Amino acid sequence: VVVASVTDFVQQAVSGIASGGIYAALALALVIIHRSTGVINFAQGEMATLSAYIAWTLTFNHGWEYWPAAATALALSFVGGIALHRTIIRPVERGSVLRVVVVTIGLLVAINGFVLWQWGGEPKFLESPFGNGTIEVGGIIVTDQEVGTICTTIGIVLLLWLLFRFTKLGLAMRAAAVNPDEARLVGVRVTWMLALGWGLAAALGAVAGLLTAPTVLLEPTMMQPVLIYAFAAAVLGGIDSPVGAVVGGLLVGLILSMLSYLSQYSAFSWFNEELKLPAALLVILVVLLVRPSGLFGKPEVKRV
Amino acid sequence: MTPRTKQIVGFVAFAAFVVVVAVFPAFVSDFRAREWAYVGIYVIALLGLNVLTGYTGQISLGHGAFMAIGGYTTAILMAGNEQFGGPIGGGMKDLWTLPIAGLVAFLAGLAFGLPALRLSGLYLALATFAVAVALPSTARRFEEWTGGGNGIHLSNLPELTGSIENVDVLGWSLTPNRWLYYLSWSIALVAYVVAWLILRGRTGRAFRAVRDSETAAVSSGVSLARYKTLAFGISAAYAGVAGGLFVLATTSVSPDVFPVTLSIFLLVGIVIGGLGGLSGLVFGAIVIAFLPLWAQGEDLGSLLPDRIVEESRKPGGSAIIFGVVLILLMFVLPNGVAGIFRRVGQAIGRRRFSRSE
Repeated sequence: VVVASVTDFVQQAVSGIASGGIYAALALALVIIHRSTGVINFAQGEMATLSAYIAWTLTFNHGWEYWPAAATALALSFVGGIALHRTIIRPVERGSVLRVVVVTIGLLVAINGFVLWQWGGEPKFLESPFGNGTIEVGGIIVTDQEVGTICTTIGIVLLLWLLFRFTKLGLAMRAAAVNPDEARLVGVRVTWMLALGWGLAAALGAVAGLLTAPTVLLEPTMMQPVLIYAFAAAVLGGIDSPVGAVVGGLLVGLILSMLSYLSQYSAFSWFNEELKLPAALLVILVVLLVRPSGLFGKPEVKRV
Repeated sequence: MTPRTKQIVGFVAFAAFVVVVAVFPAFVSDFRAREWAYVGIYVIALLGLNVLTGYTGQISLGHGAFMAIGGYTTAILMAGNEQFGGPIGGGMKDLWTLPIAGLVAFLAGLAFGLPALRLSGLYLALATFAVAVALPSTARRFEEWTGGGNGIHLSNLPELTGSIENVDVLGWSLTPNRWLYYLSWSIALVAYVVAWLILRGRTGRAFRAVRDSETAAVSSGVSLARYKTLAFGISAAYAGVAGGLFVLATTSVSPDVFPVTLSIFLLVGIVIGGLGGLSGLVFGAIVIAFLPLWAQGEDLGSLLPDRIVEESRKPGGSAIIFGVVLILLMFVLPNGVAGIFRRVGQAIGRRRFSRSE
């Protein structure tokens, strides 16, 4: 009995880390945008849903193979993110917070409506690129999808780290985010760097969408809960810290899967699937109260 | 204009507005009266949101959640939740539940206002958005209180005024729809006067000081904690009463009655209204009550090409139009429609001033 519950525990932990990887990808998108433009993009989840639908259309309606379809969806999301920043975000990002919030909310409503209008509300099935098999290691059964998700997350984090740490472009993007005025003085094309940040975020969101779709069905509102988990992850890690977003994402995934694991015991029997979103909300509120800058963020100092 | 004449003009304008509201149902069909009752309900909620966002500058994307708290309070007090295994017997007449709905929401607002003290700007928007998203599933979880996904139905209860037959008020026989119209607008007008009384004095000044500069407000002895939580409480109380009325209008409550979109709509209403006076709020309420219908081409159908009307009637079509209009509005009218009124008013005022010189 003890052995069974240990493998059960580890299995739950692995699937928690796998969903945490998805939250981390979307949280990274939120963090990149917040760092560079100081905007919290409420439409990030819907943009990811749209990307997943594009991949679905290419495979299902046009008979493409999975990988070219996914790559095309990523590329379109990247270009779309840049276009969104250039056209509708840039004019309002320096204005009042309320305007920015309403514009990204408008985007959320419009994209959600577009998905519903174009593809209808009935759930669609997007195949998993990693197959539907399972791997057994020492009695612990892990699905290919979970392994693939975890590997993808590691790959993303590695690529982003290489980009920001070792390339001139990454340096310019960081400079534009941290100190736009001085970056401009040394010749960085700041607005393009910010737009590039939006493109990158949209592509990251697309990855999150493509990873989410096989685990649930593809629906217009598919990413709304994931967005809240990603918000919780970003806040937990510190909304300006990419490392924090990844750690926060994994932690949120783990916390939620541990809660559902524990709910088989009477002390936690009050927990069920319906309480996953409120639990994420609780994470957000507690972090903001106890340590507003998150685990990896620097406290904000306001000058008068 | 001297302050005195300004006050008189304001009073006359309000009196005229009351008269317009009172005679309005005579000119519209019974069915339309019901739609306009919803406008009145939105006005109440927007008045509350205006206290929070307009006066203290705190953004709430979760006001639908406070409406839900009020709505559930009303429904539970009327129908009880014993049938789901809950502790409340119910049996309260609908009107009496509304003040309690306001009170419960007020307490919830104070409770949420405390953590919100630490947050500002985008972070508060984020936290309140999470509240709005988490609320429906919370309501589903605590089934013994809320009736879970099916919710609570009020349509045939004796506690619901005007559910079956006409309502007699002071010798007038009102159809259920007109009753709802007069009920929500009477409460809206009283709510406006109450808000005006609260905001014109010391409290209103403190709220505005907090909005313009928290640091300056603290330096002049305004307690941030006290006024920011108070603003949340008052604002939530308005939303609670509006939520109670909303449930009386829909005659049932369930997690789907208060979706995230409702919270979004309320913020949109306040932004379109331009965080201004009553005129702006009424305009905002009209937009959020009717825009979904307009966007489906209901009323404007004859003005637009058939092809567009047809496409916009497909599911999601109205949402596309709504979202795009919202983004365009933020570009064209950064201060909302009330901003235009104000600018035009100022322009006229200036001209008069220069003429009299």
